[in-house]
Amino acid sequence: MSDCRRQWNREDELPVYFAGPITTGPNQRKSFGMFSSVEGAFESKTIDFDNYAVGRKGNRTPRSGSRERLLDTGDPMGKTTGGTRQGSDSESNAARDADESRAGVEVQVLFEKTNPNGQDERLLIRGGRVVNDDRSFFGDVYIEDGLIKQVGENLVVPGGVKVIEANGRMVIPGGIDVNTCLMKTYLGTQPVDDFLQGTKAALAGGTTMIIDHVTPEPGESLLEAFERWQEAADKRACCDYSLHVDIPLWNQTVKDELEVLVQDKGINSFQVYMAYKDVYQMTDSQLYEAFSFLKQLGAVVLVHAENGDLIFEEQRKILGMGITGPEGHPLSRPEEVEAEAVFRAITLGNRVNCPVYITKVMSKSAADTIAQARRKGSVVFGEPITAGLATDGSHYWSKNWAKAAAYVTSPPLSPDPTTPEHLHTLLASGDLQVVGSSHCAYSTSQKAIGKDDFTLIPEGTNGVEERMGFVWDKAVAMGKMDENQFVAVTSTNAAKIFNLYPRKGRIAVDSDADIVIWDPDIVKTITAKQQQSAAEYNIFEGLECRGGPALVLSQGRVVYEGGKLQIQQGTGRFIPRKPFPDYAFQRIKFRNQVSSKQGVTRGVYDGPVHDVTPTPKYITPSPSAKTSPTSHQPPPVRNLHLSNFSLSGAQIDDNIPRRSGHRIVAPPGGRSNITSLG
Amino acid sequence: KIELDRLLIKGGRIVNDDQSFHADIYMEDGLIKQIGDNLIVPGGVKTIEANGKMVIPGGIDIHTHFQMPYRGTTTVDDFAQGSKAALAGGTTMIVDHVIPEPGTSLMEAYDQWRQWADEKACCDYSLHVDITHWNDSVKQEVDSLIKDKGVNSFQVYMAYKDYYQLSNSQLYEIFTFLAEKGGIVQVHAENGEIIAEEQARMLQMGITGPEGHVLSRPEELEAEAVFRAVTIASQTNCPLYVTRVMSKSAADIISQARKKGNVVFGEPITASLGTDGTHYWSKNWAKAAAFVTSPPLSPDPTTPDYLNTLLASGDLSVTGSAHCTFSVAQKAIGKDDFTQIPEGVNGVEERMALIWDKAVTTGKMDENMFVAITSTNAAKILNLYPRKGRIAVGSDADLIIWDTDSVRTITAKTHNSAAEYNIFEGMELRGAPLVVICQGKIVLEDGKLQVTSGAGRFIPCSPFPDFAYKRVKARKQLAVLRAVPRGMYDGPVSEFSMSRGGTPSASARTSPTKQPVRNLHQSGFSLTGPPTPDEVPIRPAGRRIVVPPGGRSNITSLS
Repeated sequence: MSDCRRQWNREDELPVYFAGPITTGPNQRKSFGMFSSVEGAFESKTIDFDNYAVGRKGNRTPRSGSRERLLDTGDPMGKTTGGTRQGSDSESNAARDADESRAGVEVQVLFEKTNPNGQDERLLIRGGRVVNDDRSFFGDVYIEDGLIKQVGENLVVPGGVKVIEANGRMVIPGGIDVNTCLMKTYLGTQPVDDFLQGTKAALAGGTTMIIDHVTPEPGESLLEAFERWQEAADKRACCDYSLHVDIPLWNQTVKDELEVLVQDKGINSFQVYMAYKDVYQMTDSQLYEAFSFLKQLGAVVLVHAENGDLIFEEQRKILGMGITGPEGHPLSRPEEVEAEAVFRAITLGNRVNCPVYITKVMSKSAADTIAQARRKGSVVFGEPITAGLATDGSHYWSKNWAKAAAYVTSPPLSPDPTTPEHLHTLLASGDLQVVGSSHCAYSTSQKAIGKDDFTLIPEGTNGVEERMGFVWDKAVAMGKMDENQFVAVTSTNAAKIFNLYPRKGRIAVDSDADIVIWDPDIVKTITAKQQQSAAEYNIFEGLECRGGPALVLSQGRVVYEGGKLQIQQGTGRFIPRKPFPDYAFQRIKFRNQVSSKQGVTRGVYDGPVHDVTPTPKYITPSPSAKTSPTSHQPPPVRNLHLSNFSLSGAQIDDNIPRRSGHRIVAPPGGRSNITSLG
Repeated sequence: KIELDRLLIKGGRIVNDDQSFHADIYMEDGLIKQIGDNLIVPGGVKTIEANGKMVIPGGIDIHTHFQMPYRGTTTVDDFAQGSKAALAGGTTMIVDHVIPEPGTSLMEAYDQWRQWADEKACCDYSLHVDITHWNDSVKQEVDSLIKDKGVNSFQVYMAYKDYYQLSNSQLYEIFTFLAEKGGIVQVHAENGEIIAEEQARMLQMGITGPEGHVLSRPEELEAEAVFRAVTIASQTNCPLYVTRVMSKSAADIISQARKKGNVVFGEPITASLGTDGTHYWSKNWAKAAAFVTSPPLSPDPTTPDYLNTLLASGDLSVTGSAHCTFSVAQKAIGKDDFTQIPEGVNGVEERMALIWDKAVTTGKMDENMFVAITSTNAAKILNLYPRKGRIAVGSDADLIIWDTDSVRTITAKTHNSAAEYNIFEGMELRGAPLVVICQGKIVLEDGKLQVTSGAGRFIPCSPFPDFAYKRVKARKQLAVLRAVPRGMYDGPVSEFSMSRGGTPSASARTSPTKQPVRNLHQSGFSLTGPPTPDEVPIRPAGRRIVVPPGGRSNITSLS
């Protein structure tokens, strides 16, 4: 992996995102390997802008000069060794100092550093290459009051503006992490990363917005849980946030609350569970109802896709075999159980004609199922997470219990080591759309709740800080994905699906000033000693990751620069989201119009009718019975051997009087034409 | 005097599933005694000149519903009528489904079916038993059906919500149980819960005619259920048999699963191989209703062709007919509500000829594969091979002389079923049986059918058919899971309260088998101190335990 990168440096054949503008002419380039076909595209893009910049703007010369300097000094391997971390692990901020000395080489010092606490309202990012999901171009970005006010060249800006020199590096929209669980209570304990710790980690990784999952306790009101979450986040969060709400059960109260949440509270996405039997799990009928209801509200359905019934049986079996360690977790949740549930969720989505969003796509087979469904035209989105993209499930068999337990999350990481690569390929091809982290960090002592029984290990891995870096490292730096797609999967698509676009996920006039200056050459080794997260263990420990943020702006303020965080707790705002995001619902609306089913108009059948005895073949589904909340409460103790069928009692059609069964061969009046058999 | 029990077929080309060759066949007492040229046979033997025509093993229709009770009435074809139709089409053995009412005894239903069939059947038969509910007594009945009654295949339903439908957990248990006992699990694969919702929606939209049947049971619901059944079977390491593969997508799921190595067999039926679901929109209610079966025929007209291709390639293994006929008056029970239309189509008589016409004469399939999918594979799955499904010395003398040149037009006027309507009405089929020999007796010759009601014998099937179980057994030995040996975790453990809500993953808490594990936990928990109040976590979030009391043990170290 790293071999192939070094080769690029040697041959001066850097892809455009490594070096910014490439000054060599097209004829000097050799075509080599898989890049030959793509090369033309890069050339025209780069050269066009280069000419543009040089021809029109004299004041650009210093920038291009610095660009070359950057290219010369761009030896990432040297940098890593130079900036090796001194193991100061007492305070995380102290550890950052070491980073700063290294990163300071690259980032231009700010001109007016008067107000470190983020009071600078006006900012100009000069000389960057603005990368959106659709195109990249050279331009300056002027920011005022937390909004992007101007994008382009030769901007007219007021005096006294703080200027950030991007030196030709990429300027990208801040990342949006669509899946975090920073307050998910487990048996009364909270994750070690709360909204402060978690958003700090997010900002350090280049993510400027998170969408957290509100997980109500069973029995708790959705609204109350939502308010609890919002209160905590308003106090603690240091980047903008929004919330998904998980639906723990299905009844009329929940429906009313969903309506309030969508219409008054700015929530447009709700998660349902196909796993966690007897706790969160819903039956297919309930899912059908939930899908139909959420579609009407214009909300996106998030699905935790695993077959809970099968998992339950497998867990019993595995525990019965005496396997109690973390390896029992993946053994009891094999990937086909995930694929099965994904398939079922998509089928439900197709029937209801509603968009389906699969959270945490962890296995190849689940991802393939999504890709196939998209080929068939289903409106389905897939979200792999950092853990699934950067590591695999072989660690569950580690001899170190604490290490093995740290990887426990659901669906589990696939033991197949080729999974991360496959998922990256699908991300690059657009079959998977967004990257989350599902960051839910528990300490080792919390994980140890399940030391004697793997089913009790709290589920969750870290990943909010590493998310952007690993996608860059494994997909862009490997040549699978281009920088625009990188922006799409880490930020833009998420903003589109959840109706935040173009306020978030794009660098454009009037968008929020959540911006990252991305440095593709930063190489760092992931370690728990230097992370922002409070967890003792990092599941990516020791992995080398290339690419990282050099500077992060959140709400128009510099919050991360040169390895140093400058954040203020509680500055994060709740971003309300409107229902019916176009990205998900436009197709749905058209399909609704097309697929109005028509019955066949026939004459009334007046032929002979066989009389039936009052034993129905099967009971006609009556929708009223299904919406009753009581019938959907899981029984407190499940008896698996109990048949749910009772034939002894009254039948639904008992009230209809009947004659004893006999066949009418010739009805009075003769047969009508519609019964003729010709 | 010619002995009817002694028969000689001269000059035929014997076609088995593996090879074809020219030879004479001598039969005595219902068994094949000799095969070869220049056979030495006693005098007075009736000789049939085959004139180089194909002699193939009699067909086995692995799926019929003769004389099926339905809401106080029965299907119009009883065992006599149905097996007569079967013999007329070249099928010399049928396997009928015993359908006990949910809540009633499987054994009683089995005895009832045996009685009906023994009285009337004209050809050999065997029985599948449907598991329509699941509890301990059903389990015992299934066990004794396998051990003592000669049943090795059981059907479960994923459809018919609140009636036959079983939950995923129940399916898991049944699959596990049958895998242990050597039974074959047959599934009716459709997602009953979504169907129930869709039916309600259709009726609400005012669609009450037969087209509502197919609209409320789209093929993806079939595919979904097949996918789920395959997953459960693969988890429990149990061979799976999908009855009535009606759509392309369901067939695709099966062939994908087979490519991944799952032991799964698919059974398309005569109706899905011969016609499609466009007829549900017929203006003639009686015609539209005649096509109602579940899963429904796919409205995609390319489906029959596709299924025939998969049969030829071996992705689908056997063919049945799901013959279950109702008169128009019986179908009219559902004239105002399609969900009440009794489900079932004809097909036992047309099965062999239809496959010959659609697959062999079109060049998709060779004659050996034809024998395999109409007869041999079924015999293998039922563990009756080589007694049935093969022309060999010692096999039952069930065989037919197949005429590849005959052309017939299907019509309800001439068919042997008692139904007023034939869903293949007007279809021209090449290929037909010329002579049918069942139990060593000629039942069809010169276009004349001579059957004896009650001549059919029950053929018991034994468990663990090699065709399905050889692989399963080998996998069982391989798939032994082992725990990772680790030291005891002796690091710090967070306080937690079990009373608070539910633990997402600990869904097994209500299970009695897991109780010991949890009791250990709870006792350890009470020793460490008084339970924490629910609202206050013992350790504030974000505090890290750097040095636990007693030092770190090797298994908690994080390096």
